[in-house]
Amino acid sequence: MNKLQKNIGFYIILFLVPCILGYVVFSLLPMFSALYLSFTDWDIIGGTPDLIGIKNYVDIFTDKEFSRVLLNTFKFIGLYIPSIMFMSFLVANLFNSKVKGVGGFRVLLFIPVLTSWVAGSIIWRSALNGQYGIVNNLLSLIGIDGPGWLTDTSWSMVSIVMVSLWKDIGFFSLIIFGGLRGIDKTYYEAAQIDGANRFQMMRKITLPLVSPTLFFVLITTIINSFQLFPQVMVMTGGGPLGSTQVLVERIYIYGFRYFRMGYASAYAVILLAIIVFVTLMQMLLQKKWVFYE
Amino acid sequence: MKKLFVLLIAVLATFTLVACQEETTVDVTTTEGIVEVEFLNYSSNGGQEDTLDAMVDAFETENPNIQINVETLGYDDYFTQLAIRVAGNQAPDVFELNIENFRAYADKGAIAEIDTSDLDLTNVHETTLSAFQIDGDQYGLPTKFSNVVLIYNKDLFDDASIAYPTDTWTWDDELVAAQAISALGSDIFGVFRPIQTWEFYKTVAQNGGAMMNADQTAFTLNSDENVEALEMMIARVNDTNVTPTTEQMGGMGDWDLFLAGRLGMIVTGIWAFNHFAENATFEWDICVEPGITQKATHFFSDALVISESSEVQEAAAKFAAFISGSEEAALLRANANWDLPVALTDDVRDAYTAITPPENKEAVFSSLDYLVMPPSLERFGEVADDLQSFVDQAIAGTLTAQEALDQAQAYIQDKYID
Repeated sequence: MNKLQKNIGFYIILFLVPCILGYVVFSLLPMFSALYLSFTDWDIIGGTPDLIGIKNYVDIFTDKEFSRVLLNTFKFIGLYIPSIMFMSFLVANLFNSKVKGVGGFRVLLFIPVLTSWVAGSIIWRSALNGQYGIVNNLLSLIGIDGPGWLTDTSWSMVSIVMVSLWKDIGFFSLIIFGGLRGIDKTYYEAAQIDGANRFQMMRKITLPLVSPTLFFVLITTIINSFQLFPQVMVMTGGGPLGSTQVLVERIYIYGFRYFRMGYASAYAVILLAIIVFVTLMQMLLQKKWVFYE
Repeated sequence: MKKLFVLLIAVLATFTLVACQEETTVDVTTTEGIVEVEFLNYSSNGGQEDTLDAMVDAFETENPNIQINVETLGYDDYFTQLAIRVAGNQAPDVFELNIENFRAYADKGAIAEIDTSDLDLTNVHETTLSAFQIDGDQYGLPTKFSNVVLIYNKDLFDDASIAYPTDTWTWDDELVAAQAISALGSDIFGVFRPIQTWEFYKTVAQNGGAMMNADQTAFTLNSDENVEALEMMIARVNDTNVTPTTEQMGGMGDWDLFLAGRLGMIVTGIWAFNHFAENATFEWDICVEPGITQKATHFFSDALVISESSEVQEAAAKFAAFISGSEEAALLRANANWDLPVALTDDVRDAYTAITPPENKEAVFSSLDYLVMPPSLERFGEVADDLQSFVDQAIAGTLTAQEALDQAQAYIQDKYID
């Protein structure tokens, strides 16, 4: 055993230093700074921040804006999560079937994933314009008088959800497709011999075996939902009447529009707490429905 | 344990390396004794960079021992960039602030008081100079200012066979004309003024109202004058529809709508002149904007301020005073049609008026008699957004103007004053 082999642990750590350093400087440090700043009234230009205790948190929780923002976020989740799970699963099954031309279909659905959020949102913003947008123009051809998608409070969040589905379906259906491909064909052959129909096979074989993938998709999409931002910023800017204001949008507005970094940091800490809580809950609940082979 | 210690040393060593690089500060004076002044601005961005360079050249010729390093940023990034630089102790020596942001920087002690005793500011328009004073002390030297006028499409007025607007018009006169122009076609509208906080404080002033009481200790958002003014603003959109709704705008900006020949009148800033002169395919002119019971128009101004942490404050002040008060800089500005210089000497005034269209540039000067300013609050930007959220509900029809302003008054007074 030479010297290098003897001290291999030391060298591994040594070579990891640049990486760890990057993590400390660019991730840990900002995170702890934000936690600290959330107890201050730092406004960037005013010099040293003053500690003000939990005032920022109290202000957030007592402002009716916070409940509105949370409600908007849950509205998004309520509309988006079931749709994306169901549609991605459906599309993934389509990918998995032996239909001709399914490869091309897969590519087409994946294109929005590669598009930048900002570019996609700008296109959709004009397509969804109530007066001159192409969506309402097409609807009028079949006799439907389309709403002001982005200017009507009852449709604004729906529009955000639709555009998010358009963007995300390609990605998540591909992931579920990967899960489907991993299922051993012999299970289906055995079920067929036993006389199971397609619905029974779906319920008893496909769903349980793909459930770890579905669990991953669920966690990812929920975290993404709480971090909803670019489509809102570009398409509605939080409006109309605050109906699409969400957590990250508020963090951005308080931080970089009003320069109230302390307040924005408190919002960010609350967002972190929510995401950690929801993810932990899911981890606990997964025992009920996720099966690992 | 030993390994962990070495690791710690490695981390610390890297930190020290990074930290040390910051220590080397740049010498203020170079070997030839030239003082370098960093200057950050936004208003030359997008077309007036050469004019600013010419001003800087003129200053450097007069002051060979001072060198100005100009840096120009777009307006959208400017205030984020500036805040970050100030926070990082990298503030430029001289930088530009508009009147909306001036108060916040001054209150936070980020900018230095300017000793004006040695500076020649005799040419500077009095209103603009006092706008950048706090308790009588000068904290910024204004460079240019602007107001808002009524710009109208002469061709549309001719088509509708009605007389052009005059400086004595009121909202009632405006409405009659706007309706005649709207009647020209379903996609043509009479008049445009946005319904937002920045328009609100001026419009209520036109009706004898105000957002706050005189000593700014309380909001007066739901006064009768204010409610009436807001009702009139909203009626233009929802009742008479001489102003397009958001949907009818179809994602087009108000300037584009005007340039497309679809708008008879637009109430907008004099900074639109250049753009309209270059792009309008029709005849247009201006007049003082109509009032309700009295006249009122916006006052905007930009100033140069000096960083509290600057080591070359004297040279910086000299430069700011040159851009602000010298006739030479003012003439360069006027000839380039770059807003209204604050050093309004007769020559500057002539140079500014000589550039047409608009023919009636006197209206810009007449408007100076009616300037109003928003409440001077550090968090006015937030107040503006909060008020907007209530006004939007009134536009949408979910609240009446009275209800919207009652609720806004309660919410904003409680949040910002009590």
